Amino acid sequence: MSTAAAASKVSEPDSTGHFGPYGGRFVPEVLMAPLEELEIAYREASADPAFHAELDGLLRNFAGRETPLYYARRLSETLGGAKIYLKREDLLHTGAHKINNALGQALLARRMGKHRIIAETGAGQHGVATATVCALFGFDCTIYMGAEDMRRQQLNVFRMRMLGAKVVGVSSGSATLKDAITEAMRDWVTNVETTHYLLGSALGAHPYPLMVRDFHSCMGKEAREQILRAEGRLPDAVYACVGGGSNAIGIFHAFVGDPGVRLIGVEAGGRGKELGEHAARFAGGAPGVLHGAYSYLLQNEDGQVSLTHSISAGLDYALIGPEHAWLHDQGRASYLNCTDEDALAAAVKLSRTEGIIPALESAHGIAEAFRQAPSHPGEIFLVNLSGRGDKDIGIYRENLPELDESA
Amino acid sequence: MSTRIARKFAELKERDERALVAYITAGDPTPARTPGLVLALERAGADIIELGVPFSDPTADGPVIQRAAERALKAGTTVAGVLEMARRIRQKSQIPLMLFTYLNPVLRYGFERLSIEAKEAGIDGCLLTDLSVEEAGAYVRQMREVGLDTVFLAAPTSTPARLDLVAKYSTGFVYLVSRTGVTGVQEQVSASVAPMVEGLRARTSSPLAVGFGISRREHVEALRPSVDGVIVGSAIVKVIETYGQSPELEERVEELVRDLKQGTRAPEAVNR
Repeated sequence: MSTAAAASKVSEPDSTGHFGPYGGRFVPEVLMAPLEELEIAYREASADPAFHAELDGLLRNFAGRETPLYYARRLSETLGGAKIYLKREDLLHTGAHKINNALGQALLARRMGKHRIIAETGAGQHGVATATVCALFGFDCTIYMGAEDMRRQQLNVFRMRMLGAKVVGVSSGSATLKDAITEAMRDWVTNVETTHYLLGSALGAHPYPLMVRDFHSCMGKEAREQILRAEGRLPDAVYACVGGGSNAIGIFHAFVGDPGVRLIGVEAGGRGKELGEHAARFAGGAPGVLHGAYSYLLQNEDGQVSLTHSISAGLDYALIGPEHAWLHDQGRASYLNCTDEDALAAAVKLSRTEGIIPALESAHGIAEAFRQAPSHPGEIFLVNLSGRGDKDIGIYRENLPELDESA
Repeated sequence: MSTRIARKFAELKERDERALVAYITAGDPTPARTPGLVLALERAGADIIELGVPFSDPTADGPVIQRAAERALKAGTTVAGVLEMARRIRQKSQIPLMLFTYLNPVLRYGFERLSIEAKEAGIDGCLLTDLSVEEAGAYVRQMREVGLDTVFLAAPTSTPARLDLVAKYSTGFVYLVSRTGVTGVQEQVSASVAPMVEGLRARTSSPLAVGFGISRREHVEALRPSVDGVIVGSAIVKVIETYGQSPELEERVEELVRDLKQGTRAPEAVNR
């Protein structure tokens, strides 16, 4: 079986958007026809070489692809085991992988004649990416963001406003990403004729999980070629953090058909194992429906969605993207979780051995790779460094007071 | 198998009346108040009751019903608790009762368990706002098995192919969403209702009821010639929000509903 055929066996959704039992389209009737329309537009665009040519040009010249694959020599030697390669998505314009999908969907929105864009954001990276592409295309832009996340990510809020976006705070529920998505969906239900919802993760109703993955699959494609060039072979394991799961699915996708490559997603273990203290959906959740998709969901025994906690706003969400649920159930990918504390420690270690301050989200994936590296000598680890840490300096500072003692 | 819902629509038709379907969020302000509120709605002329089972993330609802859900959840409302409220209502009333909620609480409870216990509690039908017809096969089979009506939404954006499915899967009545948007009161009821009514009349003999944004008697009167029922939610829930802690609560709710009900009757019957 060819690599492509093997990949399609486990990771292409059926015609109604199901990855195995997961995914689908669970939205109020008013959104069903617009989703059908979006799916058709996306399939047409996917088959149009002109669309790809324009997107590739923007990814290269505006966003800064391809990103380097960097061998972290000093880090690898310090850990004394596997060789660690970092896929440097942190070097992309706007500071994270999110711009890949934002550019793709913005081109699609223009193709559909929609000039108003709405989006949700957790850490603010997707909001910044969306505000950026809206500035680039001259679209009207509204970003929904949890009030708690606005507090945690003030710099990104200002960046979005500087780029011309309207940032709307959401204070219902836990005032985080989940509530921002709920509010964005309400806006979309109301303004669907003029508005494209630029969803930022591999979540939501079909075709979003498929479309977001495809727009991010450039990460895995590049990394696969780069590692083959550098090492003459595939990596033994690929690590990525998983909130909704866009950076993880984007880098995993190119390797799904390579059975020798372990795929490891790392969720937010937060500050405890009780419901509400983490965002580890596989460890603490059960299949359920939220925001249009069926997947593993943190919920109570009565089917109410639980509050979640993570030091990292981008991982602080109750549902995991449906394709991850399917990869998990098939045993193709495994999912672990990393505590707030371990993510902070990993961020400091990477900063001090390689001169790279990672985003708090990415630090979760990095932490797990660090933990496993010493026991896997001779192996090659590929870690998706999905974003840079500039936006998190405030949180790092709050949580690492000992570093402020220089005064 | 004819349910209380079908019989109610037939009975109203005889009298040339339209159904007034009243929505409240079960457990708002507290689970203990809900049965009394339903009886008050019935006294004031409501014909069918939608008991909203609160959900933590109500994407299709506006701020009024979202706040009601927050109050109800805070007051400890659960799916089992709503069924208990239904049992208490049934001791005193035969008004048709529907569950109105989102998929996840029902999924978690289990379709089979929910359908059996709901039927036993005196529930007549169910509507899940985020369950599209495409995904509804197992749910519809189970509900039919026990004889509960399944109501689905038709929206102004629904294509002809989608209206076919909505008509096919809906029993009891079809719920027409008057406009694109979330639930909530508005000044005028959208003009987008007429083409939907026409589209559905050609596809089904089920009664058609219109909801979203209906808050005043004029809205009801304007819709009376074309539909079989109107659904009022946020306007009632708003009164519950305002008077939830007051002894006047039932009285205020009755006042609103009595006025709305007048709009469902033939003008000559009202004037007499």
